Amino acid sequence: MSAPIHIRPDETFTLNVGPQHPATHGVLRVKMEMDGEYIVKAETVLGYIHRMHELMGENRTYPQVLPNLSRLDYLGALGYTHGHVLAVERAAGIEVPERAEYIRAITVELNRVASHLFWFGAFVMDLGGFTPLMYAIEDREYILDMLEAITGSRLTYCYYRFGGLYNDIDDDFIAAAKAFIPRLRKSLKKYDGLVTGNIIFRKRLEGIGPISAEMCRKYGATGPVARGSGIDFDVRKNEPYSVYPEFDFDIPVYHECDSLARYKVRMDEMEQSLRIIEQGLEKLPDGPIMPKKKPKLIKPPKGDYYQAVETARGSFGIRIVSDGTKNAYRFKLRSPTYSNMHMFDEACEGMMIMDALAMMGSLDLVIPEIDR
Amino acid sequence: MGAYFSEIFRGLQSLAIGMGITFKEFFQPVVTVPYPYKTIKMSARYRGHIELIENEEGTPNCVACGMCQRACPSGCISLASKSVEYEVEVKGEMKTKKKKVLTKYNLNFTTCSLCGSCVESCNFGAIEFSKEYNLASSRKEDFHFDLLERLKERNS
Repeated sequence: MSAPIHIRPDETFTLNVGPQHPATHGVLRVKMEMDGEYIVKAETVLGYIHRMHELMGENRTYPQVLPNLSRLDYLGALGYTHGHVLAVERAAGIEVPERAEYIRAITVELNRVASHLFWFGAFVMDLGGFTPLMYAIEDREYILDMLEAITGSRLTYCYYRFGGLYNDIDDDFIAAAKAFIPRLRKSLKKYDGLVTGNIIFRKRLEGIGPISAEMCRKYGATGPVARGSGIDFDVRKNEPYSVYPEFDFDIPVYHECDSLARYKVRMDEMEQSLRIIEQGLEKLPDGPIMPKKKPKLIKPPKGDYYQAVETARGSFGIRIVSDGTKNAYRFKLRSPTYSNMHMFDEACEGMMIMDALAMMGSLDLVIPEIDR
Repeated sequence: MGAYFSEIFRGLQSLAIGMGITFKEFFQPVVTVPYPYKTIKMSARYRGHIELIENEEGTPNCVACGMCQRACPSGCISLASKSVEYEVEVKGEMKTKKKKVLTKYNLNFTTCSLCGSCVESCNFGAIEFSKEYNLASSRKEDFHFDLLERLKERNS
C-alpha cells in the first residue's frame, strides 16, 4: 500500500466536478479549488457538447433550422422554437392567424410547466430526496402525452412553422388540458406538503446561495433566478409578444435572494402558467392555423432583427442579420442559462461544496442550451 | 429555549406530513406499464422514420421530384430514378410518353432529426411517418433504410 497523502492545513487542492457528474445534470465541468469542505475558487469549463447551432443557422435555409432550436433546451423546447419563428416572422413580415398564436401560447405554457416539474424533481433529488422526482415525472407525463398527440414528438418538438403551426389541435387535446389543470393544482398542494414544508429541505436552502440583484444585473441573469433576487423582469410583461397581453397573470417575485426564493418562484410560476392555459383555452378563437398568403421561399429583406421571449429558464433572445438571401448572414442565440450559470463562479466562493451544488440545482442548468 | 423545542416539534411535524403523503401515494394505482410485455399505442401523429406510400397498383406514389431531398436539413434522403417510356391513349391514338420511375430511395436515419420537413414538402402524398419506435442496434448500417425494399417487404 502506498503512503497516505498528507495535506497541510494551509494547503488547497483542486477538485473536478464533472464533466461526468450527476450533480451537474450534463457535461459541465467545474474546477474547484478547495480548502477542506470550503470552496476557495471555482471555474466553470464549457464546451463539451458544443454543436455549433449558430453556424448551422447561417449555413442552412430558414426552414431548415427549425429542428435545431428544439435541440437547445430539451426540457422546454417549445419556448425556444417560439422565439425563432417570431424572429423570422418579424424579419420576413409574415402575419400569423390569431388561433395559431393562441395555440402557441397554450403549448409554450404547458411546456414551461413540464420543464419546471422536471426541474422540481431533479432539484429535490440533488438534495437527496428521490421520491418527489417520481411524482413530478408522473404529472409531467400527462403533459408529454398531450403534446405528443398534437406535435408528434415528446421532447424535441418541431411544431411551429413560419406563419403558423404544423397541425391544428383537436378536441381531445382541449379536454385533456382542461382535465390536467385541476389535477396539477392538487399535485402542487401535495408538493407543498411533501417538500416545501419539509424541515430538512428548508434548512438546506434558507439563506444559502445568496445571489444579489446587483450580481444578476452584472451577469445579465434573467428568469426565475433574477426574480428570486427581487428583480421584477419578465419578457412576457415587459416586452409583450405574441398574445400574452391578452392574458391576466402575475409575475412571482421574491426578495430573499437565496435558493429557497428561486424554488418558490418556479413553484408559483407553474400556477401562473396554469392560469394562462385556462384563459387561452377559454378564449381560443376559430380560424385557420396558417396564413393565406405565405411566401414560398423565405427571404427576409436586408436588416437586423431581434426577438426576445421568456422561456422556462429566462429571457431567450435571437438575433438574425439578413443579407437578403435565403440563409441568415448572422444567427445569434442568447441563451438564458449561459448568463445564469456564470454567476456560479462568483456566488459559490466561500461556500461549502454541498451548499454550492444545491445552489447550482436552483439555477436550473440545461447544458445543451449553454453550449448550443 | 422555547423556540428551540418548538422548532424541533415543527420539524418533526413537517416530516410526518411528508410521510403521510407518501403513505397515501402507496395505495394509488400503478401508472407505469411493464414495457416489453405490454406496450402503449402510439398516438396518430407520432413521428417515426419515414416510409413510402404505395398506390393501388402496388408501386410507390413517388415521382422522384426530389423535393424531400432538398427540404431535408441534414441531407439524409438520397434517391435515384430512371426514365421509362410508356404508351398512353390520347384521343384515340397511341402516344409514347416518358415518366420517372423510382429506383432507389435510401434514408440515412442516423442523421435524421424527425422534423417532418420531407413529409410537408411532398406534393404527391408519397411519404408518411411510420409508427416504428423499437429501433435499437449496435451497428450503424442497421439505420440505413432502403425504403423501396421495405415497401416490397410490406407487400409480400
